[in-house]
Amino acid sequence: MNLLKILTGGVFAAAAFGAAQASASVLDTVKQRGVLNCGTDNTAPGFGYLNTTTGQMEGLDVDFCKAVAAGVLGDASKVKFMTVTDKSRFDAVLTGQVDVVFAHTTIKPARESSIAIDFLPVNFYDGTGLMVKADAGIKEFGDLDGATICTTQGSATETVLTAAFKARGWKDSKVLTYENLEKLFSALNSGRCNAMSTDKSALAAWAGNAPTPTDYLILPDTLDKSPFGGFVVANDSKWRNALRWIEYGLFQAEESDITQANLAEKLKSEDPFVQKFLGVDGGYGKDFGLADDFIAQAVKAVGNYGEVYDRNLGPRTKMYLDRKGTPNALWTQGGAIYSPLWN
Amino acid sequence: MTIHETSAVRGMADHDHLKSRRLRNRIRHEAIQFGVIAIVVALLGLLAYAIKSGLAERGIRFSFSFLANTAGFDISEGWTLASGESFLPDLTLFSPDMTVASAFVTGIFNTAKVSILAIILSTVLGTMLGVGRLSTNWVVRNLCFWIVEFVRNTPLLIQLVFWYFAVVLRFPPMASAAHFYGLIVSQQGVYVPSLSWVGGDSMLSIALATLILVSVVGAIFDPVKGMRRICVAAAVVCFALLFVTGGAELNFPVANKFKASGGTSISPEMAALLLAIVVNSASFIAETVRGAIDALPKSQWEAAASLGLSRRYTVNDIVLPQVFRVVLPSFGNQYISLTKNTALGIAVGYPDLFNIYGTIANQTGHSLEGIIIVMASYLILSWIISTLVYLANRRLNPTGVPR
Repeated sequence: MNLLKILTGGVFAAAAFGAAQASASVLDTVKQRGVLNCGTDNTAPGFGYLNTTTGQMEGLDVDFCKAVAAGVLGDASKVKFMTVTDKSRFDAVLTGQVDVVFAHTTIKPARESSIAIDFLPVNFYDGTGLMVKADAGIKEFGDLDGATICTTQGSATETVLTAAFKARGWKDSKVLTYENLEKLFSALNSGRCNAMSTDKSALAAWAGNAPTPTDYLILPDTLDKSPFGGFVVANDSKWRNALRWIEYGLFQAEESDITQANLAEKLKSEDPFVQKFLGVDGGYGKDFGLADDFIAQAVKAVGNYGEVYDRNLGPRTKMYLDRKGTPNALWTQGGAIYSPLWN
Repeated sequence: MTIHETSAVRGMADHDHLKSRRLRNRIRHEAIQFGVIAIVVALLGLLAYAIKSGLAERGIRFSFSFLANTAGFDISEGWTLASGESFLPDLTLFSPDMTVASAFVTGIFNTAKVSILAIILSTVLGTMLGVGRLSTNWVVRNLCFWIVEFVRNTPLLIQLVFWYFAVVLRFPPMASAAHFYGLIVSQQGVYVPSLSWVGGDSMLSIALATLILVSVVGAIFDPVKGMRRICVAAAVVCFALLFVTGGAELNFPVANKFKASGGTSISPEMAALLLAIVVNSASFIAETVRGAIDALPKSQWEAAASLGLSRRYTVNDIVLPQVFRVVLPSFGNQYISLTKNTALGIAVGYPDLFNIYGTIANQTGHSLEGIIIVMASYLILSWIISTLVYLANRRLNPTGVPR
């Protein structure tokens, strides 16, 4: 009978919990909790990576988590990084374990149509590439007929590779999947995989962080495009809109030349646009359920988009990915980083 | 019951009263049982409803229709069932054009393949280790002891990663692979020559093949030892004849740029998983076998010794037959647990059921439906194993025969 009571209690609790979860926006939950649970990878240098010398999480995705924490809670340190894998990231958001995921996730229709998540704007434009050992004598994708190509499980690359084989009529090529990038890279090094395939930025990062980066060759081919975006649970527009505009705020800050360094100066600016944008006089935050100075807080924490990019992927990093001439440049420089109108 | 009955005999006057009380008891008993079942069913219904409405509120669809969709992803190895021209489905290699359901079947196939091989090999290896631990030879005894102790006391996942990255992937690459009589050992896998049937429907070839089958069955099941030997010899002769007359031929693997073609192969992932699970399960089986041998009365050994039986005969004909009767249920447990352990295959990229579920869940988004299918599949596999062990046990331990 005792067992029965526990069982009944459990079911009612579960039902009540489900109902409570559905009605409140994640935005209110986060503000009430005072901490943002942000899902990131920890094995992707440049995006989400645990720096073993400092013990800190680093990367573009990590900085977006911090920007969100600063924008929503006014304090970039109020963020708890939760590691998600390519496989677990969607369930982590669906179950409410994390509030938002920034984990170099490719935006594609099947994910939004059948997984009940909503994507945030693209924060990095990437493409699916291939990396081989430099001594393997492979110069381009066409040399890989019959090869074993490895990737991570649950990634968009899995289907991209299959489609590429099919397009070329390759019958003997095989796709082998591993749990994470670490195992994937070991498998390439051991020779089990003739090529490792994932997003080009990740390939550059793994080659760049290897003891001798010249041992690896990233093939010139780009199998498909791979735009990355964070995502939140579906049907919560209050939360999603707040995050979208924090992200656009970082883009606009770069366009308006507001940086971490000149922020204090800009806060005193007479320009009415800057005054409203940074929440000095009026602001955009209230109606989103945020503080009016949410962009100022985010920029104070991580800088504008360009600064975030340079810190993690810029010329001073090991993996250096040039922004110039790619979609990752600001639209004013021919790229695709574009914020809607702030008015 | 019997007490009530005797008291009923004592006084017939009590009889009716007793009868009604017994009826009341029965009704109450059944009402409780019925009530418990009703509550459990209601709770399950409530749980299902809560899950369903929770999913609906979050905009997640719950449906199994995704199983009929085209998979669109590849699986590194494995066979599946596909509808062919004949009434029965054909067994073919999985390809990305097939359905998601076929991908699940491939996973079940791969899990079953590793499990069956692991059950056979770990039983043999485990028994050898278990007997070895009681060997009179100091080296053998201690070697077996340390193997068993070492393997039993380290996590299986770590052993698996060790076997994969430190052993199997240390094999030479394809370009400098080791070749022995048609066998190719490389990090792309172990390739062995395979048999292929070229006899068509010629009567001689079919007759020879039938003879081989009959003599193999005889060699395994004939109770007379002499007959078994004759059967083995017959099988070998028929096999040789089949080759000479051109009924079958060996298909040697040929090394290509990246892998080998022809022959059959064991992938590195499967080899590592099989090694890890066989060695791990064998060490547990060894302990069961050793325990059962220890529990056998000492007089059995002494009686065998006094009859002048050598140690080999004592172990093979006196000890092991008795031991197997006792240990079979524990073996059954071990078989079920090793089958479930194959789910660790994901750590080395082996496409077992759980690994393929991960891909399906990610590509289709139906993780809840997928995990229900996965759990049901493991449940059915475990049931099949325990039924087989039960049947074997009933055959080895007929009721009424003392152990």
